[in-house]
Amino acid sequence: MGRYDSIIVGAGHNGLVCGAYLARNDQKVLILEAADEAGGLAASREFHPGYTTSIAQSVSHFSEQVSRDLNLAAYGYDRGTTALPLIGLGASGKHVVVEAKSVQGVGDDDAMEYTGYTRQLEKFADALQPFWLKTIPRIGPGGLRDVLTFAHLGLSLRKLGKADMREFMRVASLPARDLVEENFSSELLKATLSWDMLTGAKMAPRSPNSSVLLMLYRLAEQSRGTHTIPSGGVPGLIAAIQKSAQASGVEVRCSTAVEKITVAGDENGLQVTGVTTTAGEQISADRVISATDPTRTFIDMIGVEYLDIGFTNRIRRLRCDGFVGKLHLALSKLPGFTGLDTPNARMIIAPNVDAIEFAYDDAKYGRCSDDPVMEIVLPSLIDASLAPDGGHVLSANVMYVPRALKGGWTAAAREQILNRCIEVISAYAPDIRDCMVHAEFLTPEDLENEYRITGGHWHHTEIAMDQMLMMRPTYEAAQYRTPIPGLYLCGAGCHPGGDITGAAGHNAAHEILR
Amino acid sequence: MVTTDRFAGERLKLSPFYPRQEELNIREAWSSWNGYKFAEYYYDVEYEYFCVRNLCGTYDICPMQKYEIKGPDAEAMLNRMVTRDVGKIGMHRVAYCMWCTDEGRMIDDGTVFRLGPDRFMLTCGSPSIAWLEKSSFGFDDVVVTDITDDMAALSLQGPTSYAVLKKLGLDGIETAKPFDIRVFPYHGSQLMVSRTGFTGDLGYELWVEHDLGLTMWDELYKAGADYGIQPYGEAATNMARLEAAFIMPDMEFNEALKTVHFQHDQTPFELSLGWLVDFRKPHFSGRAALLEEKRRGPTYTLTKLDIEGNRPAEGAHIYSNKRCNREIGYVTSAMWSPVAKANIALAMIRTEHLDGPLWAEIYYEKELRHHSRVVPCEKQSKPFWAPARARATPPPEY
Repeated sequence: MGRYDSIIVGAGHNGLVCGAYLARNDQKVLILEAADEAGGLAASREFHPGYTTSIAQSVSHFSEQVSRDLNLAAYGYDRGTTALPLIGLGASGKHVVVEAKSVQGVGDDDAMEYTGYTRQLEKFADALQPFWLKTIPRIGPGGLRDVLTFAHLGLSLRKLGKADMREFMRVASLPARDLVEENFSSELLKATLSWDMLTGAKMAPRSPNSSVLLMLYRLAEQSRGTHTIPSGGVPGLIAAIQKSAQASGVEVRCSTAVEKITVAGDENGLQVTGVTTTAGEQISADRVISATDPTRTFIDMIGVEYLDIGFTNRIRRLRCDGFVGKLHLALSKLPGFTGLDTPNARMIIAPNVDAIEFAYDDAKYGRCSDDPVMEIVLPSLIDASLAPDGGHVLSANVMYVPRALKGGWTAAAREQILNRCIEVISAYAPDIRDCMVHAEFLTPEDLENEYRITGGHWHHTEIAMDQMLMMRPTYEAAQYRTPIPGLYLCGAGCHPGGDITGAAGHNAAHEILR
Repeated sequence: MVTTDRFAGERLKLSPFYPRQEELNIREAWSSWNGYKFAEYYYDVEYEYFCVRNLCGTYDICPMQKYEIKGPDAEAMLNRMVTRDVGKIGMHRVAYCMWCTDEGRMIDDGTVFRLGPDRFMLTCGSPSIAWLEKSSFGFDDVVVTDITDDMAALSLQGPTSYAVLKKLGLDGIETAKPFDIRVFPYHGSQLMVSRTGFTGDLGYELWVEHDLGLTMWDELYKAGADYGIQPYGEAATNMARLEAAFIMPDMEFNEALKTVHFQHDQTPFELSLGWLVDFRKPHFSGRAALLEEKRRGPTYTLTKLDIEGNRPAEGAHIYSNKRCNREIGYVTSAMWSPVAKANIALAMIRTEHLDGPLWAEIYYEKELRHHSRVVPCEKQSKPFWAPARARATPPPEY
């Protein structure tokens, strides 16, 4: 076995990407995963015999550079050639269909406006693109490299030209609603376009903060914000990363939960020495890289006695409550969606922006809305192996579902939200109940417990102005290094954040190898 | 009866000793400390000062904040918070400690009493419950309780203090070394005596439950009648502590959590208290920053000065030459010390100038006329007042 150069806690996609890069640079790497397979929220989940899906239900801006560097195509990653159209489901089949370059189902004014809108956002996204795969330097005295990164960012924005730069400064912190309101008139279109600015975050259409920046992040890469379902579903991508990592020599050990990251201390200070598993096994390494969320990493696995008090309290205050529930339906046959030939799309159920806002209002106060809004895909339309013959899988992100429901997530509360979701869907797919074989609903609390993510938050901690860039997850730990020598972070809690991009894993590996 | 005091919640709290203090405070010289009505002095500042130096005096430390820190994780929690090694504090011993921000800036100082394997008492000048709560987050088994109002505590300081305690009948107090704690049965409860204080002289601090406060006061004053016992207030304390070169908040240091301006607070090294920072401990809050501060050397160093003449150098600037064109520091506290017969001061001086000449520009007033005088200063390495009796065990009885 021998001593490891690096142990990575968690075989989510960022852990795997980080490990792959390190192994390619001759490190001996062990990745420990508590679940019985790799992938984290992207791992495959057989929620009913023969029916498989994953919490992450589609892929959009996975880093092309990571894909190339790790040669993922050779290991079976096929992004999928056709992007899923984004469809805003309308009453009685009057849908809005959004594609990369055009939109249908709206008036000519909106259709025209859409071209300019996407062009502008893409221009902004291009200006930011180089920084998702970079360590954002800390503020204060830094080396030449840090100065260059800041200079590059400044130059990149300046290169937009005066008018666009001004416009960028104006819209960067706009609420999603303001941005769509000033561009479009169709209520359904406005709601549909708001979706990707909000989902995964504790952000409603009227929340000023980071919605537009989140959208620009998601518009990165050539995918331009469109989503695909890779062959094998999202777990197909995980399998490719894992194979690539293993081919470089990474050892991935599943069903091995880390209890503690071990720290040794003497008069020279602290040093991470390895990990202890819940089974009591001690494994030593020169460094430990945590792909799990910052709260679990620092508070649970390291322990506050090794941390400064101010730092601990910044970690404690990270906003980690997830607001996305997950609905999985096992279907005996393909349900009919009114007005659609085939529901091979990302379908948004949110008739207008306020419908999203009101669902948020309920969740904000610990209630679950009776009118949830959601994003639906049927991955089995792309990969038939995800369901038995003729059958299908419906997978939906449901907002806003509070982690801490008033009165708790009782059986009755779960039953109610599940039924409400199905009722809402049946307004657009009237035969949905006839097709249903099995249904499951996962609250953020379920995601927290089953996937070991604080708050069940997609991004491990909220992506917001105060938790972005050189403040993510918090200063003193925002450059993948931490105050404890030998401990690094590589998960969604680091810059640039969550979604399946591989960027945090890539950046952490580069910081470690620097 | 319905209370008609509209300001009931705003009024100063009264110490358990207040009935006696009220009678003795013939000058009505009250100020406040942590919400308690508190004597600035009782009769005359110099008189009270001389009582403390020549006989003994009592100083009310009820307003001082007291926290009980209890549980299996108490030691670990405190050890991570303060810069000294709490593990080295023996049973029934007290240690002077300080705690810092992550940036190594001093939040406050105080004393840690080890009352059991898993039980400590922390005392400090300012309310600290918020920081203690932050400091205990993440420890499974530690409970922090503010016990300030549950206790009555009185400091008994001065050369005859030991004799008074003997007279009070505290058998065994003679074996108590500085920073030792002794516990005596007392009216069905306990009297805790620690050989601690804030005067640099022989002295003790006495701790009982709140309701026994007056009883203790009366018995102590009865025992002390022939030993010159006298209450002293804040002003005399400030004189005594300066002679002992002890630091005072808002004089020598600004509490870091209350400091607005960047680096207008202080590090332990700036306060010449580097000896309280134990780098043999693998970790404590602020360690990395303090290690860097130690390596770099403090910008300022708190220095004891003996200043020519007899004009107290209060608020004086310190210069590296007599022409006063290069300012290198400022005086934090100053007085004419009767016991040292010297014009003494504590001053923050830029470390790189410590070895050069030091001049103080002193401003003073004489019958409404303002004058200034530039005088040379000499650095002192030892406290201005540190009598052997303060360390002797058993102490002399007088």
